[in-house]
Amino acid sequence: MEAVKKQIRIATRNCGFIDPENINEYIATRGYEALADAVTNKTPADVVNEIKKAGLRGRGGGGFPTGVKWEVASKYQADQKYVVCNADEGDPGAFMDRAVLEGDPHSVVEAMAICGYAIGATKGTVYIRAEYPLAIKRLQKAIDDARNLGVLGDNIFGSSHSFDIELKYGAGAFVCGEETALIHSMEGERGEPTTKPPFPAESGYWGKPTAINNVETFANIVPIMLKGADWFSSIGTEKSKGTKVFALAGKIKNVGLIEVPMGITLNEVIFEIGGGILGGKKFKAVQTGGPSGGALTYKDLDTPIDYDNLIAKGSMMGSGGMIVMDEDDCMVSVAKFFLDFTMDETCGKCTPCRVGSKRLYEMLEKITQGKGTNEDIARLKQLSVTVKDTALCGLGQTMPNPILSTMRVFEDEYKAHIEDHKCPAGVCSALLQYTIVPEKCVGCTACARVCPVNCISGKVKEVHTIDQKTCIKCGACLEKCKFDAITKQ
Amino acid sequence: MEKIKSLADLTNLRKQLQEKAVQNTNTIVNVSLGTCSIASGGQTALDVMKAAVAKNGLGSVEFTQSGCMCYCFAEPTVEVKIPGKEPVVFGYVDAAKAEAIVEKYIKNGELLEGVIPVNYQRA
Ligand SMILES: Cc1cc2nc3c(=O)[nH]c(=O)nc-3n(C[C@H](O)[C@H](O)[C@H](O)COP(=O)(O)O)c2cc1C
Ligand code: SF4
Ligand code: SF4
Ligand code: SF4
Ligand code: FES
Repeated sequence: MEAVKKQIRIATRNCGFIDPENINEYIATRGYEALADAVTNKTPADVVNEIKKAGLRGRGGGGFPTGVKWEVASKYQADQKYVVCNADEGDPGAFMDRAVLEGDPHSVVEAMAICGYAIGATKGTVYIRAEYPLAIKRLQKAIDDARNLGVLGDNIFGSSHSFDIELKYGAGAFVCGEETALIHSMEGERGEPTTKPPFPAESGYWGKPTAINNVETFANIVPIMLKGADWFSSIGTEKSKGTKVFALAGKIKNVGLIEVPMGITLNEVIFEIGGGILGGKKFKAVQTGGPSGGALTYKDLDTPIDYDNLIAKGSMMGSGGMIVMDEDDCMVSVAKFFLDFTMDETCGKCTPCRVGSKRLYEMLEKITQGKGTNEDIARLKQLSVTVKDTALCGLGQTMPNPILSTMRVFEDEYKAHIEDHKCPAGVCSALLQYTIVPEKCVGCTACARVCPVNCISGKVKEVHTIDQKTCIKCGACLEKCKFDAITKQ
Repeated sequence: MEKIKSLADLTNLRKQLQEKAVQNTNTIVNVSLGTCSIASGGQTALDVMKAAVAKNGLGSVEFTQSGCMCYCFAEPTVEVKIPGKEPVVFGYVDAAKAEAIVEKYIKNGELLEGVIPVNYQRA
């Protein structure tokens, strides 16, 4: 692995360095100083302006400017306002929020208190999935310790600002990460989205102005306040400032979390930081943004990664999952995998998403079984666009992305399934054919003995053959043959 | 715990803590114990190292735990800070490696394989 310092750790600056259960270790890294300085020396408007100037955008997926959100929430008059931290992290393959909460919970606690000061809220809630017991334990300890030390609670640092935080547990539905559904879930209602506007900044938790941000977004706040907006905005691209944490997974050598400046290329991420593709295989594509995102491909290796470029490619930043795929991955199956996920996770409230996901899935299923037609390609595209335009919440609106983005570059792969009844990557089992190469078969009978449906025939020491009609494509024979006489195509 | 009532209180506490850290002449062994590292055997690494330190009668070794070091591919990971030396992060710390870290690196300063190079700047 190269030791190039391509990574800049801001949100994860303390993860792995300090003991998350010891508040003193956080304080030794200037912890709670940004909060103390804000409530002692700055006005709420100063804080808002600093975050606005930094150009920080939401790391939970949408990329909305955080300072603008806080400003809006600060302008509404209300007897009570709320700060909510979204720690639902439902994107399969993303685990940066968990890593931050397990490794540096105080930085989120401090950032929420700063946000409270900026918008005029005295109460904060972290909505965290119950499947994160260690993160919950450490976060709760951080809150308790901060309260005991007096950096949370009433009149912190001798100011008039009071702030406290409680936890609420999510049951792990993907849609509950969507902010309106999340708020309903916190209020004890069903976790179903509602239309926006009103945005939570106007009418959120209990109908009050609410600033809701993602864990990683909050983890950027303290460094910005300590080192200044200019420092932060010097990192990244024109419209996407700072860094992003990505969870590298799939067919890549160095699986793990990385934090890189916005604008880094896929090439740098995959080959310099990620160490390249496993087993020397060829890089094919990477799914960014999980089920809501899409595939960047070998054609996009030099594209700077930021919010806008990803959207231009039919994907999105999402929460930062990056699933790396190589030549052995079938793009139709990948799209089908994510549709299967969204089909399960749709809350069912609106028709385009509830029924659309099912229909899209069925079409993909048909194609992977070699039963698709060329009209299905047109229909897939058309329905994808319709669902995107008509679904109520972000889940439905982004659900077709994996289809549209894989079709963008790999339409020939879809066509191969339909016209040639072939899966070029050799994944879709219905389209595979196991055949015995007569020149290589020595008639050892090993394959015939493992075949679960007894569809291999041949006499000892004579060439064997597979009855294609009966073969269930289990692959057992291929594994068993010691003479490389069986091929899969 | 005495309550912090002002920015000055906080700054004082921070300075005290930083000074104490500078004066600390112990070797610090920091074991990554996030969900990920625990799942891949971080707790075993910690237990083995503690036992090895006791067995070798090394008095000036301190253990701490931290969250995820973000090297999933190399978990469990352990950082060793010997005073006067750059901190070193070891990856793939199974029981044998954990033992070797104590017996070779901490006791005699002999480097081992599997050091993860620093590939980031920290804000
Ligand atoms: C289906 C769906 C799932 C979402 N899941 C999450 C999530 O797990 N975590 C998160 O922070 N934001 C999630 N979001 C985005 C939130 O709705 C919201 O935009 C975000 O929490 C705002 O914080 P930010 O501006 O700091 O990103 C999701 C959105 C949708 C549509
Ligand atoms: S788009 Fe899907 S998840 Fe969102 S409200 Fe409609 S049915 Fe529910
Ligand atoms: S295992 Fe291979 S060599 Fe033996 S009979 Fe089957 S195909 Fe032929
Ligand atoms: S793939 Fe399975 S079912 Fe088909 S011939 Fe081989 S062993 Fe028999
Ligand atoms: S999530 Fe912690 S090392 Fe991978």
